[in-house]
Amino acid sequence: MAKRVGIEVAIAIAEAAALAEVEVVSAYPITPQTHIVEHLAELVADGELNAEFITVESEHTAMSAALGASLAGARAFTSTSSQGLALMNEIVYITSSMRAPVVMALANRALSAPINIWNDHSDVMNERDTGWISIFANNGQEAYDLTFMAFKIGEHPDVLLPVMINFDGFLLTHVIEPIWMFEKDEVKGFIPPYNHPYRLDPKNPVTMGPVGLPEIYTEVKKQQDVAIRNSRRIIDQVWKEFEENFGRRYQAVETYYADDAEIILLTQGSVTEAAQVVVDEMRKQGKKWGVVELRLWRPFPFEDLKDVLCRDNVKCVVVLDRAISFGGQLGIVMSEVRSALYHESNRPMVVGVTSGLGGRDIKFDEYVRMFEIGEEAYRTGKEPEEVIIVGLRE
Amino acid sequence: MRGFPSWKELTLAAIITEPGNSVEYKTGDWKTFYPVVDHERCIKCGTCWAFCPEYAFEVDEEGRFVANRDYCKGCGICAEECPRKCITMVEEEVE
Repeated sequence: MAKRVGIEVAIAIAEAAALAEVEVVSAYPITPQTHIVEHLAELVADGELNAEFITVESEHTAMSAALGASLAGARAFTSTSSQGLALMNEIVYITSSMRAPVVMALANRALSAPINIWNDHSDVMNERDTGWISIFANNGQEAYDLTFMAFKIGEHPDVLLPVMINFDGFLLTHVIEPIWMFEKDEVKGFIPPYNHPYRLDPKNPVTMGPVGLPEIYTEVKKQQDVAIRNSRRIIDQVWKEFEENFGRRYQAVETYYADDAEIILLTQGSVTEAAQVVVDEMRKQGKKWGVVELRLWRPFPFEDLKDVLCRDNVKCVVVLDRAISFGGQLGIVMSEVRSALYHESNRPMVVGVTSGLGGRDIKFDEYVRMFEIGEEAYRTGKEPEEVIIVGLRE
Repeated sequence: MRGFPSWKELTLAAIITEPGNSVEYKTGDWKTFYPVVDHERCIKCGTCWAFCPEYAFEVDEEGRFVANRDYCKGCGICAEECPRKCITMVEEEVE
């Protein structure tokens, strides 16, 4: 039976990939992800995991090798952070476009410059439009469960898309948490064998990633967009099956006191639980505040979000961004949420805040301030013209 | 654009399942010049055949090297490399 053990989250994520019986791990070390691939290397070296561990000279190659392995029919995994992901970018886009269900564990970290190894979401937001299924975990247990389930989602014959699991660097990776760890027997059969319908096979030669002339390219991209939208059904199905078997529930949009909240803070990642603590405290003072977590980033859960936010009780949604779109709307998640609700007649006000960049902690009072910005907007009937950077020294 | 598949008809990620079907894609209409071999002077050495990046040179029944204009892109490498300088690039006329 599953045991609840105190374990470093990075190690647990590696164990999740091993539990899924990955066949190829192709990775390059980068802080704060390194412990994940180090642990997988140990498992392979110790003979506990029957996989090919490919040590590569860069992340660009890490993703290239994972892509090739996946198309050859192997269950492939990689993990990276920040600059590593940025260097991979070219192949990140190609991997989804070639429909290779690679799973990537992404320890979210700020992008340089200035050099910063700490947590924010600028790395994942930089890859927003690369066509990967993208899911956020807000604690170690979720990172473990979601990494394990990612293989089942991505490899489903109706999906065949890569999946990235996001979890905050250091705030999660380097923390020792009590995590329910599965025994192999318990999950046996949960992830069926991986079969790519056109895998690279000398006996049945095919050409993958051919030239797509102007007459073809548009149709290929439309097909890819439909594929990731349709993946939603399988994502829900896999999460449901997991819940039925193991009891832990995962939803595209998670809510905390959203049923009666007037002001909602919309979050992604580990700030979610911190915001929940703030709500617990402030509810004692009569504040009708709540938290909505956008767990599923791609495919974007439009309907779920509308169901939760376009309700009479919700007056203002404050969207917390952990990255910046320079010279644009500033808040990336904010602008997506606002435009997703644009056509709804009963949409709430949507206000953007940005905080926690480059590993700066968001303090209790700063969460309170975010909610108060929402209250202020509702009271005055005016959304601030610009996204407010909370915690900025003027 | 008739003759091309809709997005619903495409194979997954436009994977090509029929090996060798690139011969159906005729790239010859890219060219402005095509090579004409002076067979009186040609010594049938095959240099044009070897250098052609498109494998457009074919050998006819009499062992003569002739460029297949369905695939020749008109780059002129054959004329440049020909040791007998017996290949002339002639402007393609399109009706």
